[in-house]
Amino acid sequence: KNIIFDVFIHKVDGLSDDHKIACQRDIQMQTEQELAEARIQPRVAFHLTSIYDHSIFEAFSKVIQKLIPQLPPLENLLDMLTSSSHLEKTFLFDVVSKIYIATDSTPMDNTLYELCSDMIDVVVDVSCIYGIGEGDEGYGYDPESASIIKLSTKRVLYLREVNQYLALVCVLREENFDRIGLIQYNFQCFKEAIEDIFAINTKGRRPRPPVMATELPK
Amino acid sequence: SMQSIVFANYVARDTMRLGATIDVEHSSVRFLGNLVLNLWDCGGQDAFMENYLESQRDHIFKNVEVLIYVFDVDTKEAASDIHYYQSCLAAIMQYSRNAHVFCLIHKMDLVPEDRRDITFAEKEAELKKMSYPLNIKCFSTSIWDETLYKAWSSIVYSLIPNVDMLQQHLERFAEVCEADEVVLFEKATFLEISQSVRKPHTDVHRFEKISNIVKQFKLSCSKLQGQFQSIEVRNSRFAAYIELFTSNTYIMVIM
Repeated sequence: KNIIFDVFIHKVDGLSDDHKIACQRDIQMQTEQELAEARIQPRVAFHLTSIYDHSIFEAFSKVIQKLIPQLPPLENLLDMLTSSSHLEKTFLFDVVSKIYIATDSTPMDNTLYELCSDMIDVVVDVSCIYGIGEGDEGYGYDPESASIIKLSTKRVLYLREVNQYLALVCVLREENFDRIGLIQYNFQCFKEAIEDIFAINTKGRRPRPPVMATELPK
Repeated sequence: SMQSIVFANYVARDTMRLGATIDVEHSSVRFLGNLVLNLWDCGGQDAFMENYLESQRDHIFKNVEVLIYVFDVDTKEAASDIHYYQSCLAAIMQYSRNAHVFCLIHKMDLVPEDRRDITFAEKEAELKKMSYPLNIKCFSTSIWDETLYKAWSSIVYSLIPNVDMLQQHLERFAEVCEADEVVLFEKATFLEISQSVRKPHTDVHRFEKISNIVKQFKLSCSKLQGQFQSIEVRNSRFAAYIELFTSNTYIMVIM
């Protein structure tokens, strides 16, 4: 009874934007009609997807997010981090699949998501070349994995490892990146809080809310 | 076409959608600031080849520094390919005796892997014999792996003035920073121009891979109408820094 339905309207890469929207509207209307006639009201969400761009990843991100019970505290933590460190946008990514499991509550920007996802590719690919020891398996992603990419648009992309599966990717303005010490301190609080959240099932203790700094001490 | 892979920042996957070459294209590419590469892509059309080799001969073949001739390994017309090649060589001998000549044996991905070395060796021997007294260099290439990049890098390397001095400076710099390696890439194409390696590395294709990684990311950035200025990636074992170095080059330092 509580099952969630997600409908992927797939292979839309060949259609124009207007056509895509019309397609979704048609399918959505038809489905709703038939469901109304059958007198059932399941939760259904619709997504337009294609493997030739990031839309399939975004759709899967949304599907996965509905399945994570820890989503509200994760989003809270990201909000805290974003506002205290003066970041523009933060994503918690699964490194292997590049879907994001949480983001802060500022408006979603798909182009930023794509850029951050591409940044993960750069980090993983470069780490595969230079960051692997003799006879090591895996892709060079370890607890000290990090990356800073500076863009010509006065923005900085900052990536930090959170745990063996997750990475935090933030977008911020260059002038706010000068306060890197603040960001690193707050990130440390964030990382510990994440560990608490995911450990709660195994250790059964309540997480302490982190205290993040908004200014560096004078 | 090959040109689009190396110079317009398309990645091999994208060219599948571009369609086969059907016309004679002439384009120029600027790199390293003031070097201009003129490219005539005839797509194997006989009528056009005849035209260019006859009527525009002196225009095309004067003041040539480099001739790059591409042979498709799966050609149905080996004899006419050779014939046109010889005409080009004759023109080079006539107008630009000191040009460097490079031959690319292309689409090697179509040859089974165990036959590639033999096929290349045979073709190379044939071409060298035919090209005497000009000294030619041959490469085996495919758009689907790093061989094409390696070929173009070598070609670009031969075009750079003072390349030895550049090499020396790079080595000194690498020593001073105690870097594992330092590599100089040309800005627009991300072809490797020069390198100084202080710590040996098992992956011989790594610079081509870095080039592809960066070009892929450049494409992503361009969707946001921006470009990257610097990239830093690290983990517990290494730190890599890629930055704009001069107006025409990027430098990569690995610690």
